[in-house]
This record gives sequence, C-alpha cells and structure tokens, in this order.
Amino acid sequence: MSKADLEAMQYKLLKTLVYKLYSFSEFYHARMKAANVHPDDIRSLDDVSKLPFMYKKDLRDNYPDKLFVGSQDDLVRYHVSSGTTGKPTVVGYTQRDLDNWAESVARGLTSVGLGRRDVMQVSYGYGLFTGGLGLHYGAERIGATVVPASVGNTERQIELIQDLRVTAIACTPSYMVHMAEVAQKMGVDIHKDTLLRTAILGAEPWSEKMRIRIQEATGIKAYDIYGTSELSGPLFTECSEQNGIHIWGDLAYVEVIDPETGERLGPGEKGELVMTMLQKEALPMIRYRIGDVTSYDDGTCPCGRSHVRISRITGRVDDMLIIRGINVFPSQVEYSLMTIPDLGEHFQIVVERKGALDTMLVRVELKTAAFSDKLDDLINLKNKVAHVLRNNLNVAVDVELVSPGTLTRFEGKAKRVIDRREL
Amino acid sequence: MSYTIKQISIFAENKPGRLASIAEVLEAENINIRAFSIAEASGFGVVRALVDRPEMAHQRLTELGYVVSTTDVIGVKMRDKPGGLREIAKMLGNAGINIEYAYAYSGRPAAVLVLRVDHVDEAIKVILASNGNLVEEKELA
Repeated sequence: MSKADLEAMQYKLLKTLVYKLYSFSEFYHARMKAANVHPDDIRSLDDVSKLPFMYKKDLRDNYPDKLFVGSQDDLVRYHVSSGTTGKPTVVGYTQRDLDNWAESVARGLTSVGLGRRDVMQVSYGYGLFTGGLGLHYGAERIGATVVPASVGNTERQIELIQDLRVTAIACTPSYMVHMAEVAQKMGVDIHKDTLLRTAILGAEPWSEKMRIRIQEATGIKAYDIYGTSELSGPLFTECSEQNGIHIWGDLAYVEVIDPETGERLGPGEKGELVMTMLQKEALPMIRYRIGDVTSYDDGTCPCGRSHVRISRITGRVDDMLIIRGINVFPSQVEYSLMTIPDLGEHFQIVVERKGALDTMLVRVELKTAAFSDKLDDLINLKNKVAHVLRNNLNVAVDVELVSPGTLTRFEGKAKRVIDRREL
Repeated sequence: MSYTIKQISIFAENKPGRLASIAEVLEAENINIRAFSIAEASGFGVVRALVDRPEMAHQRLTELGYVVSTTDVIGVKMRDKPGGLREIAKMLGNAGINIEYAYAYSGRPAAVLVLRVDHVDEAIKVILASNGNLVEEKELA
C-alpha cells in the first residue's frame, strides 16, 4: 500500500474514532472540551496534534474500568498489568480487539518468515500478563503449531524444543540468554541439536549488543517485539531486515514528541513515543504517552513495507535529563560508552549546577586490561570518551575514569543518575 | 644478570585517602617500597613504585580490585654530586634514547635515577658501554 493510501485510510479511521469517542466516552468528551477541540476540527491526519494527550495516570485514576467504552456484554477478556508503582492498570477487549491483536502479531510473525510449518514455543507468562496469550493467538493465526510452555522449568523447555521440533520461540531476551546457558550446561547445542532458528524477544529493554550475543551463541535470528498492555499487549515486531519495528498503519498512528514541549519531532529524532490506536474498541487510546523513548522512520523499508518503523526502545522518558536545554537520555550515554572497548559496563551520571550552568559528569570504570602505565594513554582515552559523548549527546560532558568495581552495582533497576541541581 | 626492574603502576582516582589505602595494602603484605612517584592528570593519577616483591604487590592489589600493571624500568646509579644527573642524561641523549618518565631517590644502594625509556635493552647496553652503573633487581630486595 502506498504511503498516501495508508495515510488516507488512517485519516478516515481517526475521524470516525474521534466522533465516536466524543459522543460515547465521558472521559474523551471532557478532555476534548477542555482542550477546546471538536471532532469537526480534525480535517487532516496532522490535526491529530490538536487532540489532548492521554497518560498512564489517566488509567490509574480511572481504575479499574471507567475509561472503557461500550457495554460490559461486549467485553470478552481482561488483562491486568502489575504496576511497580501505584495501582495496576486493567485493560479490556472486545472480540474485535482480540482479533486485531492476533492479526497484528500474525503480520509480524509473517514478516520474519514464519508460517504454517513452524512450531512456536511461547515462553512468555500466560495469565494476567499479555505476553503469553498475545503471542499464542498470533502464532495460531498464521497456522503455526503452538507450544504454550509459559515461563519456568527451563530444562523441560529445552527438552520440548528438541522433542517437538520447535523452530521459533517467543520470550524475554534475558530468558533467551538464560535458556542458552542452561542448554549449554545440559550439553545441548542449540544450533546442532535443535531446529530453533527464530526468536521473538521483547517485554523488557535490550540492546543491539545483546542481540549479537544471542545470535552468535545460538545461531538463532533474534527479532524485537514491541507493545504494552494499554495498546493490547505485544503487537509489533521487526521484519526480516531487523532494522526497526513496523507499526501497522491501519491499527495505530505513531508520533514521536519532545517530552518537554509536547511538540512533534521529525523522522530520526529521538523523543517520546505517542500512540493512537485507530481501531481499539473497549479501551480506546488517543495520543497515549507511553513514556518510551524511540525515533521513527517513515521511509519504505527494504522489505517493501511502507508502514512506519520505530527504532528499538532506548529508555524511559522518566529518565530524561535536560542539560543546558538539551534532552539527554542515560541510554544514549550507555550506548556511547559501549562503543569504546577500553571501558567497563558500569557508569554514573552526576549533574550539577555551577552558577547558572548545568554540568554533567560521566564517571565510567576503566577496564583492567586497558590500563596503561603511561599517563598520555589515559588522558587520550579520557578525551576520546568526552569526544564520543559530545558527538552523540550534543552537549559537553566531563569525564572521570575510575577503577573497576568502584561504582555502585544494582540488582534491579539501575539508578545511574545523581542530579544535584537545586532548581 | 638482569638489569630490568619490574615497576608496578597503579591507577588511582585523585581523592583523599587513595594513596593511604594503596600503601596500607603493601604494608599488610610486608612489602617494602624502595622508590615511588605519582604522576597526575586531571582527576586521576598513576602511582609508580619499585618494591621488594613486585609480583606479590601486583597480585594483592589486583585481588583487591586495583588496576595494576607491571612495567620494565631501569635504575642507574648516579654520583651523588653536582653533575651526576647530567652524566646519565647525556649518555642516553647521545645514543638517541628517549626518557618517557623518570624519578630518583638518594639512599640505598646509591643515588639512583629510575628511568622509563623507549628502548630498554638499548639503554642498558649504552649505559654499560659508557661505564655507567645499573641497579640489579636483587639489590632492591
């Protein structure tokens, strides 16, 4: 489908959606009134920017189901996401919502080359979490054979992969790494002893480095999948190109905004992902600010698809720092440091305000093997780190090299930023 | 006869107490420091030391998480008189050998200039050929 046709379709769907919600959703009606926008004001796809944003907080404030539209009779399922902070969020589905969800996953699986002959082990949790059932119905939709393994009992999972001739797996990237390690301990060479060749990995942030590690260790091609329960669950995947996640234009409209100003950013610019679900019925989502950081590419993919692609999610907006007016994400710092082999994996960002000026210090551990007795080598390394950071962040950064093991280690979510500014 | 001496170099953040903690490790192992210097850049430094048991010092410090490397240096005995340094510096200069860094101590076995040069073996040859006196590793023990 050409880009123009796709956008014409999106405009029609958006228009219908906005009229419907203005009439049938108290929440959206009130929000639109407050923003002084009427459905008649939506005269082009770009007019979506006139519509107010929706936040995770709105879902929490309207717990459990006050944002649902339509009759309880039409609901066929709930999923509940555990909130690490505050109340959980409840999402509901009509039959058509479930169909669209399965369709979206099915297209993604097809785009990486999976089909009727494949056997897919779904090693995401089944239950209130959307991962298991989301992949389950998507895989069934393409006619693949599903092994609903869910999580846990890794040795058994590896036996199943061998015995049932599993060709594809869906799980979190960290579980994939774990599984590869357990397989090795069991004396199972995934490449030689199994038919597993494809992995659909998501539900937690991962990096390109991790993809390479997984692919090299197992011979499996690993694809990123994206989604959140508010949008339905896991929905969108990379295609065979492994270069960006296709967002099906008939189901969702993508914007990337500056999280501070709310202004829309252009292709390639990093910012906060905003999604409008064009066909969702039970729990509509207009301009939903997920809080994930990405950029988009609206060029046609080498795979031939014209649907917009978003890049790998590189962090959360909550982590964003503003240094001298420039948005800086700790994930960008991490990425930059990863490109320099002489550095360890641990780093810390210290932000201070000296006079009127923000200063950002990046403290990073030196790798033991990189230590040179010559001061010049260390100074060069330090300058190189500062240079790479300056280039990637567009802001000058102070660098401090520290001994390995001196920075605090975190078991769970790493707290890498110390902001000492008193604003 | 070995004239190259194993110097240990330790990476250290420029912070109060860092040197004390390094010295404490050596003390606990009963390792004696014969000579040492600190080279300083912004925010960090390199502590270089000649010790009586360099392997043990390297091992202990590494175990405790310090970044340590070992470098071959030479020690040249100088006349502890005006002109002592000139004689040695000139010897190397004439032979086209570059000194990367140096530090000195005056004491046992003599006034000694510790040198890190670009060509260690060449430097040893030149100094011996010019009747210079080199410190042997065992003299530090």
